[in-house]
Parts: sequence; C-alpha cells; structure tokens
Amino acid sequence: MMIEVRRLIKRFGPKLVLRNLEFNVAQGEFVALLGPNGAGKTTFLRILSSLSRASLGEVRIAGFSLPHQAAQVRQQLGVVSHLPLLYGELNAEENLRFYGKMYAVPALDRRINEVLKLVGLSQRRRDLVRTYSRGMQQRLTIGRAVLHNPSVLLMDEPHTGLDQDACEMLDGVLREVAAQGHTIVMTSHDLARAAGLASRFDVLTRGSIQASVQRTDLPEDGLLAFYRQALESATAARVERSAL
Amino acid sequence: MNTSAGASEKNQAAETGGAASYFSALWAVIWKDLAAEWRSRELLSAMLVFALLVILIFNFALELDALARNNVTSGVLWVTFAFAGTLGLNRSMAVEKDRGCLDGLLLAPVDRSVIFFGKAISNLVFMLVVAAIVLPVYSILYNVNLFRPGLMLVIFLGSTGYVAVGTLLSSMAVQARTRDILLPILLFPVAIPLLVAAVKASAGFLQALPIEDIRPWLNLLGVYDVIFIAVAFMVFDFVVEE
Amino acid sequence: MDAKPRLLTILDAVTALMMTAATIMVFAYAPMEAVMGPVQKVFYFHVAHSWVGMLSFVVAGIAGIAYLRTKNMKWDIVGLATVELGMVFMLVGIVTGSIWARPIWNTWWTWDPRLTTTTIMELIYAAYLMLRQGIEDPERRARFGAVYAIVGVISVPLTFFSIRIFRTIHPVVIGSGDAGAEGSFDMTPRMLQVFFFSLITFTVFYFDLMWHRIRLGSLAQRVEQLKLRLSE
Repeated sequence: MMIEVRRLIKRFGPKLVLRNLEFNVAQGEFVALLGPNGAGKTTFLRILSSLSRASLGEVRIAGFSLPHQAAQVRQQLGVVSHLPLLYGELNAEENLRFYGKMYAVPALDRRINEVLKLVGLSQRRRDLVRTYSRGMQQRLTIGRAVLHNPSVLLMDEPHTGLDQDACEMLDGVLREVAAQGHTIVMTSHDLARAAGLASRFDVLTRGSIQASVQRTDLPEDGLLAFYRQALESATAARVERSAL
Repeated sequence: MNTSAGASEKNQAAETGGAASYFSALWAVIWKDLAAEWRSRELLSAMLVFALLVILIFNFALELDALARNNVTSGVLWVTFAFAGTLGLNRSMAVEKDRGCLDGLLLAPVDRSVIFFGKAISNLVFMLVVAAIVLPVYSILYNVNLFRPGLMLVIFLGSTGYVAVGTLLSSMAVQARTRDILLPILLFPVAIPLLVAAVKASAGFLQALPIEDIRPWLNLLGVYDVIFIAVAFMVFDFVVEE
Repeated sequence: MDAKPRLLTILDAVTALMMTAATIMVFAYAPMEAVMGPVQKVFYFHVAHSWVGMLSFVVAGIAGIAYLRTKNMKWDIVGLATVELGMVFMLVGIVTGSIWARPIWNTWWTWDPRLTTTTIMELIYAAYLMLRQGIEDPERRARFGAVYAIVGVISVPLTFFSIRIFRTIHPVVIGSGDAGAEGSFDMTPRMLQVFFFSLITFTVFYFDLMWHRIRLGSLAQRVEQLKLRLSE
C-alpha cells in the first residue's frame, strides 16, 4: 500500500472534521476524492501532505509514518494545492531550480528540461511566473510537484479557475504523469472531469469515506448516480443516528 | 513537534547528504529571496523611502541642530532602522504566505531551521542594505561622519538580533487575521533590550567615547543576539508546524 | 467539574479571611514610618501586587512551555488566565506605586528601570491578547500564544538588565539598596511581618482567582462543544 490511513480523527478545537476515516491506496492508483464543500477534503489532503497533524489515528505513506518520519514522507510527496506555491518574481526555470535544490534533486538541469517539456512550458521558461495565465501557472505547479519524482502525488482541486482549453491541457499532463506510475490522489467536485481521469472514486462526506468504487466496476456514465447514492445513504445514516 | 520527530528529521537530513545539502537548501532560500527582490525592488524601495521619511520627520520634530544632533543621532538612526525593519519583515513573510509558498517551503524535506535561517539571513541583508544607504544620506544631510567601523559593527549586531526575533514573530503575524498591524505590536516590546543596547553602543561610537565605556554594551548586544537567535530557532518549529 | 469543588470554596474563605487580616495588620499592627508617614502603607499592597504580576508572567511562560510539550489545551487556558490576572495585578501595582511616588519622589512617574520594565511587561501582555484575538483556529491560537509568552518571559529580564545599567532611584527595600535610591527605609520586625503576610495573602489571592478563571475557561470550552453538538 502506498497510502494507509487508519481511524484518522481531526478536530479543530471542539469541532470534529474527520471522524474515524479509513483510506488505502495501492501503488499506481489514481483516486478521485469526491465530496461536497466542507466535507473535509482539503483538511484530509493537508494531513496526508504532512502540513497538518492528525488529532488521532495512523497515517503511513510509502511505508513511512506521519508525523514522526515527516522528512522521509516529504521526499516521497508531490503536492498541488489550490494556491500556486510559485514565486511570481522568478521565472519558470528559477522556480524549478529553487525547489529542486530544496529536494536535493540529482542532475537538476536535465530534470528541469524534462519537466518543462512535460508540462509544455519549454518556450516560456525564462518568463516571470507572474506574467503567466492561470492555466500555465497550474501546469507549472504540477511540474513543480513532480520535479523530484515523488511516488505519491496529492492534488487539491487542480482544475479550479481554469477554462475549458486549460483544463484539457492539464488533463493531458495529468494522464502523462499517471502513466509514469505515480500514485495520485485528487480532490474534485467536478464529477465529469474526475470521471475522465481517475481509476477509482471515493466519496468523502461528513468526515469519513462513505463509498468507494473502481472505475471498472462502474457502468458507463454511472458516476453521478453512484455519488448521489453515497451522499443519500450518508444522510440517511445520520438521521437514523440522531433518531436513536 | 516532539523531540523524536525532530531527531528523526535531523537524521534524515544527515542521511541525504548532511551538511552539504543543508547549506545548499539554505542558500537556495536566500538566493530566491534576493533574486526576486533584485527583480522587483518592491521591498527595498518601500523600506528606503520609509526610512528617509522617518528621518525627515525627525528633522522637523526634533529640530536637529548641531548640538541636538550629537545626542540624538544614534536614537534617530535606530528608530529608523527598527521601523523600516518591521516593514521589510512583514512584507517578506507576506509574500511567502499569499501564494502558498510557505507551504511550499514546509513541504520540502529539509530541516525547519533551513527555512528560519534562510528567511532571517535575507531579511538581515535587506536591513543592512537600507542601513548602507541611510548612513551616507544622513551624513550628507547633517554633515556628520557616520562611517566609523565601530558603528558598522553595532548596526550589524543590532540588526542580527532584531531580524532573528522579527522573523519568528512575522511568521506568526502573517498567519493572523490582523496581520498588517500586528508585527510592530508584537516585535517592539520584546526587542527593547536589544534596541537599548544598540542605541547606547552607537552613541558611544558617535561621541568617540573610550572603548572601555562602549564594550559593556557591545558585549550585551552579542549576548542578546545569541539568546534571541537561540530562542527563535528553538520555537520556530512550533510556529510553522501544525 | 460541574459543581464548584469544596476545596475551592474553602480557598475562597481562606483568601477572604487573609485579605481582611492583611488590611487590618497594615493599618493597625504595622508601625507608622517616621519620615514618610501614612503613605508608606501603600507599600504593602504595591509590592504584593507587583510581585503577583511578575509571578503571573513567569507562570505564563511556564504554561507556554508546557503547552508546546504536551499540546494539552488545559495549559492554554492556564496561560490566558494568568495573563489576564497578571495584567490587572500589574496595573494595580503601577497605580499604587504612583500614589506613593507622588509625595516621595515628587512625581507620578519616572523612567526608572523597574517602572519601565513593568510598563513593557504590560505592553507584552497586551500584545499577547491582541495576537490571540487575531487567530480563529483554537489550536493555532494556543500555539502562537505559547510561543509569544515564552519570547516575552525571556525578553523582560533582559529589558530590566539593559535599563538597570542607568542609575536607578527606585528603592531596593529587600537586600542591599542603591546609594542613590530615594525613599528607601529600614523595616522594623513588625513591618517585615506585615510585609511578608501581605505577600503571602496576595499570592493566595492570585491562586484563588486562577482557579476560578481556569474553571471558567474549561466551562466555556465545554459550552462550545455542546453548542457544536446541538448544531450538528
């Protein structure tokens, strides 16, 4: 297992955000994490990415446990959050070189060329990032995330704020990254987009994973029905509980 | 972060190349701050204009005639540096926070002290650049010679302690809702011992007092630097790690 | 938790008794100081309040360290409680000091190291409260509060030391006094007894108030939890 999460609980003060969440991802899977706003997707991803800490429970990534082996985990992780994590006053190449040094990437120059080609930004490598369009920034963000060849890629709503063309270009990059064997977890509330990319769909609502299905077990265009049903059964379970 | 996590992270740093990769990452943080600043000059120009305005206001507020100047120059200089310093500290951290770059730094498999020292050193460079421009301007405006090696040393020592505790507090301030007003309120009361010693030592050099009279203040400055750097370094983990 | 603990009720009673006794002792038992007259009586309250203010500041630093080590919210409640109380005690200390200083030093205020340091301490407390106000997430608020309390408790003695190098006119009643201090006096045995009794009384008072404040903090936390459960 690339990612193993056992009985994960996260509270913010008195508020319980994640409750007994269980989550496993095998090597090479591309999991789309679906769920309504406020379900705890971002919080969960921040815990997986070592930026936030679980209140209780066990998190293991690539065999290393958080938070005690955070440095080893970080070496294995690439993260795309909804902020770009790029420096506007540096150009694409300089941004990648900076992060490459932070991750101690070997043969950095060659790797930077590869990554820029992968995300289709070789032509604009010397332009300042603040002059980039939203779509180009997002592609570079993904380039930054895969720069050190992480075994796990975590993405929080990577399509937010992109137009149709930019989304398709981004999908192309993501498919290529997935084909290279990275394990990917991506949150999304855009079912159609997720349906075209992921190999597995998990529904996160009310702080835990309510349902999970492999793409191969899902009928054509069946994702929406599956998602609806997962949300409904979560609501029903809650009504039942409060009736008791 | 508890101690075992800290230890294992340090072990990891040692495994993946030890001191060499530590300093390469440290240099990367400093380099990207300086390179970005060299492009935009946003931070330095704001600090500089602000510093000159402070001096100008002092000129009218205190009527800096020749006699008064001798007594208050070191005070005026340090108030200027302290004010301009908070401006720079705030901005330099806000840049990291706004585009999520602070998360980017934290995601990297480096010891947290790399981030702390990287930011602190680039902040120190900005403060010293401001001082390097303010000093000659002040010298010309008021016809005093401020280029004394002793004064330079004091400015270096004072700024070092100031940015150490300032970097720590600014990384807390930018994460608060009231971040634009918070840093000076947090920083000034705890930086006072440092500023007192810096003002006294500077005044000593400007009034050409014998070195025996200045040395206690210099020693104090050195001791405070060590204390502030050590404390900031020790608690920085808790500020950035959730 | 819900009912008020018996021990706390007892402590309340003991505190009230001691406060009454201390007041009576100050005015009836302690001899009149020959030079300064009745205004010297303020000294028993002034030193006691300032001492408690200092103590609460140190407690804030210790609670900060304890919080960062254990991440137990209890320590955050302790930290906030001690800062709030310390602010009030320190303020009373400053005001009573001023009342004494007016006839003795002929001024309400002077920039002597202790006075200056005390003021800076109040400012650090105020900054601490403002920092907390600006942060929504309770866990982060606790963490930052703890860090700032630690930085503060280290900075304050340094401030005192820095300013101390200038000459001081504040009397040092306990231990050897500065030659330049104005308004210092030797304490008779009776004065000493009253002085120490007053110190102990106000320290007990501090712990009594702390207990109440911590209870209030824990209850507030519970209310928040219950509210949340209702809204779900």
